Amino acid sequence: MTSQTGAETNGAGNGFDHEDAMIEVRDLTHYYGPTPAVENVNFTVQRGEILGFLGPNGAGKTTTMRILTGFMPPTRGTVTLDGYDVVEKSLEVRKRVGYLPESVPLHTEMTVTNYLKYMGTLRRMSGRRIRSRIDDVIDVCRLGDYHKTLIGKLSKGFRQRVGIAQAILHEPEVLVLDEPTIGIDPIQVVETRGLIQDLGREQTVVLSSHILPEVSMICERVLIIHEGHIVAADTPNNLAQHLQGVEQLEVEIGGPPSEVLPVLRSIEGTTTVTHHPRPGVNAYRVQFTEGLDLRDEISRTVISHGWSLLSMQVNSMSLEEIFLRLTTSEIDDEDLA
Amino acid sequence: MQTIRAVALKEIQIYFSSPVAYIVALIFMALSGFFFVQDLGNPFPEASLSNFFQGATFLLIPLAPALTMRLLAEEQKLGTIELLLTSPVRDWEVILGKYLASFVFLLFLLALTSYYVILLLVFASPDPGPIYSGYLGLVLYGMAALAVGILTSTLTSNQIIAAVVGTGILIVLYATSFISEVVTGVWANVFNQLGFTSHFNDFDSGIIDSAHIVYFLTVTALFLFLAIRALESRRWR
Repeated sequence: MTSQTGAETNGAGNGFDHEDAMIEVRDLTHYYGPTPAVENVNFTVQRGEILGFLGPNGAGKTTTMRILTGFMPPTRGTVTLDGYDVVEKSLEVRKRVGYLPESVPLHTEMTVTNYLKYMGTLRRMSGRRIRSRIDDVIDVCRLGDYHKTLIGKLSKGFRQRVGIAQAILHEPEVLVLDEPTIGIDPIQVVETRGLIQDLGREQTVVLSSHILPEVSMICERVLIIHEGHIVAADTPNNLAQHLQGVEQLEVEIGGPPSEVLPVLRSIEGTTTVTHHPRPGVNAYRVQFTEGLDLRDEISRTVISHGWSLLSMQVNSMSLEEIFLRLTTSEIDDEDLA
Repeated sequence: MQTIRAVALKEIQIYFSSPVAYIVALIFMALSGFFFVQDLGNPFPEASLSNFFQGATFLLIPLAPALTMRLLAEEQKLGTIELLLTSPVRDWEVILGKYLASFVFLLFLLALTSYYVILLLVFASPDPGPIYSGYLGLVLYGMAALAVGILTSTLTSNQIIAAVVGTGILIVLYATSFISEVVTGVWANVFNQLGFTSHFNDFDSGIIDSAHIVYFLTVTALFLFLAIRALESRRWR
């Protein structure tokens, strides 16, 4: 129902006239063998924007990022970064990108400083610049006490920091972070989010996540990607508002479900009513059209039938549920007990 | 250049701080030493390194792939290849840097054997010609063997498979010269020219023939080229 929402954020017709577009993806398709990982994906990332990819595992986030970073070419479609085609001008693209792959692959037998030096040289930085930037990134990523430690001896959270440190070392114009907060402890997650937000002030950031609150917290715009397609693209707020077309009530009613259900359904404005029996209580989830307030109506109806109204709770749809609605093909609304 | 050097230096550092390389060096020294002294037990031993050279070509068949197996297979296994190849480094620079590192280790290995030469110089008066040419041949032979190892390491993320397949290819290249002894006519010549052995033997005898130098350099270039293509193949896989 909402699958077209803003997928074409910058209409295809004016593909050449946005000068502040950092990344432009047109009809991107990638196949692994016969199966498409991403199919006909279009989006644009503005300079200085923080864009979040959101989607379940296997949705095509990593594939898209690998193409953005020039690691592999798309099967079809074009991707340009700062005006450079990722296939034709791969080297120019790679100079401008800092990348943190999902698994944070690092050379475990090197010390943090040596590793950063190595990565700096690969990025063709001068010796002096490498030295001053290493000091900076060690500071920014709070690696101060560990710069002489072997990476293999660091915990997951610190390795993540080293991963981010190498990604920002050469001050790239675009930062691509694949699941930057996965597998690290909650305090570090908060720190990392803050760090990404700081970086996003000057750089273009593309990150992926399957954690909704995270994306809505950090990102200025979210692409929800599912089975290789973009199913929604908007700011987190708009996305929530747009998709919260339906309000929800949780009601607990003392009465026979076989009678209560049809009565609730007959109330004007309700869209779906589902029955969720719990031990000793019959709970119902009532969804109704946006803007209505059916609490009054429901309570009077219940009482007039001689049943007891045990509890009633407004339950506005969380982003998680929106996400599920967008990415779950079959929604079983009618599970009659 | 800067990137090739960075890749090579990193690998050289790992060579000299990892046990595998030292184990390879140990095996090479122990067995090549055995080949070296083999002839010395004779009543009239010859003051030459011929036995060592012949033995060394044989030893390099499993040892060269053992030296190179880690270079690209491990990066693929750990996923560090993703960061390497998304850096502004060309594929051939990666292969060349890795190859140079293994070549430096090979030179280190051969430098260790220079004490055989010193022993000969102290206790006898060997003909220096075949020693120079033999070492030159061994370096060229080693270059080709390492290039084969680089290719197989590029093709898989499994180091053991890289080493085994590399050894297999080298056995074939080593043994083709022997096939020429059982076939006749033009085929005998073809197999003779294809294999390593016939091209190495002249160096061992003190002959430096540019054809043999060209042969080993060609084999090296061919396998390095294939390795670069294999690395690029992710682009069309």
